[in-house]
Amino acid sequence: MPRKKRVDRRKPRAKAAPPTAQLAKINVKVNGVQYSAEVEPRMLLVHFIRDVLGLTGTHVGCDTGNCGACTVIMDGKSVKSCNIFAVQADGAEILTVEGLARDGELHPVQQAFWEHHGLQCGFCTPGMLMQAYWLLTQNPSPTEEDVRRGLSGNLCRCTGYQKIVEAVLAAAEQMRGQQQEVR
Amino acid sequence: MYPKSFQYFAPKSVKDAISLLNKLRGEAKVIAGGQSLVPMMKLRLATPAYLIDLNKIKGLEYIKAGRGVIQIGALTRHSTIEKSELIRERVPIMAEAASHIGDPQVRNLGTIGGALAHCDPAGDWGAVILALRGEIRVAGPRGQRTIKADNFFVDAFTPALKPNELITEIRIPTPPEGSGGAYLKMERRAGDFAIAGVAAQITISPDGTCKYAGIGLTALGPTSLRAKKAEEALVGRELTDEVIDEAAEAAAEDAKPFDDPLRGSAEFRRAMARVLTRRAVKQALSRARGG
Repeated sequence: MPRKKRVDRRKPRAKAAPPTAQLAKINVKVNGVQYSAEVEPRMLLVHFIRDVLGLTGTHVGCDTGNCGACTVIMDGKSVKSCNIFAVQADGAEILTVEGLARDGELHPVQQAFWEHHGLQCGFCTPGMLMQAYWLLTQNPSPTEEDVRRGLSGNLCRCTGYQKIVEAVLAAAEQMRGQQQEVR
Repeated sequence: MYPKSFQYFAPKSVKDAISLLNKLRGEAKVIAGGQSLVPMMKLRLATPAYLIDLNKIKGLEYIKAGRGVIQIGALTRHSTIEKSELIRERVPIMAEAASHIGDPQVRNLGTIGGALAHCDPAGDWGAVILALRGEIRVAGPRGQRTIKADNFFVDAFTPALKPNELITEIRIPTPPEGSGGAYLKMERRAGDFAIAGVAAQITISPDGTCKYAGIGLTALGPTSLRAKKAEEALVGRELTDEVIDEAAEAAAEDAKPFDDPLRGSAEFRRAMARVLTRRAVKQALSRARGG
């Protein structure tokens, strides 16, 4: 006689699969404006900045943390916004390239990139500007070597970097001059 | 690229982080600086169901001098170590090594504890911690324990951590007077992982002989390695060029490099172990003599 098949009547154990749409509320200040939003935890900060806030100046270049086109300033430090989740930026203060100019006037770093032709296609430029800006807040009098090292996390496929380095050095000089005027 | 969906936790204390980790064991991943983990998640090389973020835990980011020991909180960023006055004064090799990690943006977020837990054989910290005979403090459900650097690097991406343990602190014995160190790294281009790297830390006795030698190797084996034969070739001897050559030769024997389509053949990397060890020891020696 065939044995009766044992039926497992236990409910399947709740598998630890996470819900697909867990949303997290975040409060972030970007370029001086406070934003509040609900995000999926897997959303990258760069996508939050571009797709949710509509600030498309921050670019996605390589998406693997190499190129630096997505560089923004978060709580005073330059970071690659494709290498951090938006949910981690809860409570943070962020500066993007849109926040550099003041009252319609270009920031000295932007002005110097313009004057010294520190760009060709322009794709890497927002990241270059933000990293250059951060570099000059850390070191107002960099040498050429300091600038090259400071920009080593930002790739440019057009310029060969020479004009970018010249622009950053010129911006440094300009900014030092401005500070002296204020005094 | 979007990572696979996950549930996110940001515990406020080490205790909460460990109890989460204990509960979600095996399916959770801990994120510190995230500079290796986030790219891996985007490439779906890592697909954790739960992410436990340590960045909201206060008190894990510090550098302080204890009695004969430098204590570094696990969440301390590479850039903080790179710029720390205390580190530059007491263990300058760590500031030098930090400056070689990734690029400035990566160093602004990446942490020493995270890098060690990631246990990448091409990661820069391992060789340095080995050369300095550092210790790694970890916390688990049953309290704290200390792991010697020598016992920490089990295999590629496999540290001696249990799934419910977290690194809390790195401890470095403060090098005595007459010490010097150097970390040299050969890379294809700025910001890349090492083709080969060597950390050399030495102490010279007043009589001119070598009292202590620590040699660590990066990207020259399945884990960060300690080049013990090279160390033995140095200790107790006067560090002449011939002795240093002998140690460099020994380091090449200590190395267990493998062929890499991007970063060179095993043979080439072994040769670089020799070259970099020679240069690193010479530089460490000149620094130990106050140069």
